[in-house]
Amino acid sequence: MNATASNALAIVDGGGANIASLKFALARLGVAGELTTDAGRIRDAARVILPGVGAARDAMTRLRESALDQVIPALTQPVLGICLGLQLLFDGSEEADTDCLGILPGTARLFEADADHTVPHMGWNRVWQTPGSGLLAGIPDGAQFYFVHSYAVPVTDFTTGRCEYGREFSAVVERGNFVATQFHPERSGRHGARVLANFLELSPA
Amino acid sequence: MRDGQVVKGVQFRDHVVMGDIMALAARYREEGADELVFYDITASPDGRRVDRSWVNRVAEVLDIPFCVAGGIRSVAEAEEVLNYGADKISVNSPALARPELIGELATRFGSQCVVVGIDSREEANGEYRVYQYTGDPDKTRHSGRLTVDWVSEVQERGAGEIVLNCMNQDGVRKGYDIPQLQRVRAGCSVPLIASGGAGAMEHFADVFHEARVDGALAASVFHTAAINIQDLKQYLRARQVEIRE
Repeated sequence: MNATASNALAIVDGGGANIASLKFALARLGVAGELTTDAGRIRDAARVILPGVGAARDAMTRLRESALDQVIPALTQPVLGICLGLQLLFDGSEEADTDCLGILPGTARLFEADADHTVPHMGWNRVWQTPGSGLLAGIPDGAQFYFVHSYAVPVTDFTTGRCEYGREFSAVVERGNFVATQFHPERSGRHGARVLANFLELSPA
Repeated sequence: MRDGQVVKGVQFRDHVVMGDIMALAARYREEGADELVFYDITASPDGRRVDRSWVNRVAEVLDIPFCVAGGIRSVAEAEEVLNYGADKISVNSPALARPELIGELATRFGSQCVVVGIDSREEANGEYRVYQYTGDPDKTRHSGRLTVDWVSEVQERGAGEIVLNCMNQDGVRKGYDIPQLQRVRAGCSVPLIASGGAGAMEHFADVFHEARVDGALAASVFHTAAINIQDLKQYLRARQVEIRE
């Protein structure tokens, strides 16, 4: 893996806080990510990460301001969405009825709280794999990852990791060069580190 | 945390230095803690802005979520802590002083990173009341609020998690305050974390089973290695508590 060039890895700057933990997790794998909203830098990067903490509508507004709503769907290099970044890859989100990037079919839906399920969903949960998942390669089936979210995308044809929290939802999705996790790999211990390492080893386009 | 060192008191008094923060953070990561909370107990009572660059150093070594509490009074201060790499910020006394803060933080960062810490004490008449400025015994005072009312209000304002610290139990290791936690659980639809009183492994099993909390927080039993986290998790798994391997 050659990740030494300055544009090896672009992290889309969504304007939110909370990028430090991701940058540190990548640094532990020997990779420096460049935080940017520049369309050219993102197009030229060998890999792109779309992180996201916060609200879907704000995030989409920021992407549109930088024309990234057009740039990201056209990318051919490996792209990793994390948490809200997974939801943004889909058609839309119930959160403020937001249109998202439309790379994957489906809509993020709000969890409903009940006696056994508080919302947001916060904590370590098991992820059950579809055989052949590239992102989950080398990780035991049913391994636990750290989730923090109120919305989730139902299981789709592109779901390669399923999680259950009151209902089943997509924990990992993979479609060609677009891959994403609903959990936070940067905060999911050694299994999370393996997910990031797997992403860094996906073949560039 | 006080002046970059880890300290621990008994019922919020008489803090003793427990060790260096980086060494402890690394130890808990290795032992299998699921989440860490750092309380900067000096921050709120002294009314000063504190140097929180240690958050950045902690974030560099931790690969589990962590929360920073203590003296965060504004969106700007919260943003600094989150930019340093914390996953959540916890507010307590400043939220009591200005409850709008909770909504401002939730709007800017999302409810999922806004934790409200509540220091609650059972009074002689059996009522649970919220206390403020508990980091300093000389400044600790009753906030004028009933715990159940405040639990309900912080959720309406956008809190994504509540840490209920039961002051009667804090540091005395006689078990979590199950009746109080049950009462709060009934009115709490966001994650509820029990704090105060853990002294033995059965206390953890009890609080998960009887108060149905989402998490159990403890300090001294882990700091002093009275309870090993791996042993505790094995014990809890054997008692049907779903917990990370």
